[in-house]
Amino acid sequence: MAKTLTQEFTKGLWQEIPPFRLVLGLCPALGVTTTVQNGVGMGLATTFVLVCANLLVSVLRKVIPAKVRIACFIVVIATFVTLVGMLMQAFTYPLYGMLGIFIPLIVVNCIVLGRAEAFAYKNPVLPSIADGLGIGLGFTMALGALGAVREVIGTGCFTVPFGPTLTILSADWYTPFAFMVQAPGAFIGLGLMLCLMNLVPSK
Amino acid sequence: MGDIIVLIISCIFVNNILLAQFLGNCPFLGTSKKLETALGMAMAVIFVLVMAGAITWIVQYFILDKFKLEYLQTIAFILVIASLVQFVEMFLKKSIPGLYAGLGIFLPLITTNCAVFGVCIINMKEGYGFLETLVSSFAYAAGFGLALILFAGVRERIILARVPKPLQDTSIGLITAGVLALAFMGFKGMV
Repeated sequence: MAKTLTQEFTKGLWQEIPPFRLVLGLCPALGVTTTVQNGVGMGLATTFVLVCANLLVSVLRKVIPAKVRIACFIVVIATFVTLVGMLMQAFTYPLYGMLGIFIPLIVVNCIVLGRAEAFAYKNPVLPSIADGLGIGLGFTMALGALGAVREVIGTGCFTVPFGPTLTILSADWYTPFAFMVQAPGAFIGLGLMLCLMNLVPSK
Repeated sequence: MGDIIVLIISCIFVNNILLAQFLGNCPFLGTSKKLETALGMAMAVIFVLVMAGAITWIVQYFILDKFKLEYLQTIAFILVIASLVQFVEMFLKKSIPGLYAGLGIFLPLITTNCAVFGVCIINMKEGYGFLETLVSSFAYAAGFGLALILFAGVRERIILARVPKPLQDTSIGLITAGVLALAFMGFKGMV
């Protein structure tokens, strides 16, 4: 039991890491990753929704009729998204302001609905939580990594999540390549990272 | 009148929903391999988005605001959109089978298209009136269609090119989208 739980957890961190291996949830991955902190914050908010939604869907899986399951999933997910929005408004207001519209948009993030449908609806509670946590943290890592690449190249700085901003590339000799923090940089950065991931063989 | 034209141009080009606001990227990459499917998706989005924009506006101002239920916005909107899509699908199947066959599988996909949900929320955030909501919904959807169809055209050509193996499929797709976004950045400062 313990072993399978670990497996469910770790598969999200590498084998099925979104948005690279599972090409889902691209909108937040592209939209908020201008800094590391935004990426990580978005990832953690999504993780919270994923874990809670997986938990509730898994608990209710025998009660929810198959015909209306998608509608039920959406209501469950929307509830937790509203919750996370309120929590962030209360405790991390500046971050909430930066992420803006992408917080309510977690509700239409295909990763969350996809995990509810593909995993939580068919599995017991504990593996579902492990699955949600793994996929969520994988997503957080990916967003943090993309945010780091874009921020360091685009501004020469690195924001430690919820901490100070460090200067990595000094302005004395490095001209920030602002292209990377603008819209096209998101697409090209993610495309190149996907290419790097493809170079590493998956097991 | 001038305001409306400015709104249309800013929604289609300057704040293009796909390439400047990053909404609706999953169908953008998923349905853009062929020009035909891109066209179907674009039509379906225009159709649903205008209706969703109108209905969510009514829900927001006549139900949520009136009864001080603003915090239910996310849940209410997503349910409205999901049931609207279902309803449109049933209606088209019965009344306009030709259009239904054309839009086909793209209709149910729209429920999880964040462009639809996103535009509804943007409309409320900007505090648009009813007419402005209709116009901006249509213009955002048209911008979605424009970017999607342009991108599909480029992608059809890429199939013929020899792309290095690790870059194939989604990877080269994203980079192409980046180049397209660069082109759209040229519209910045127009409005």
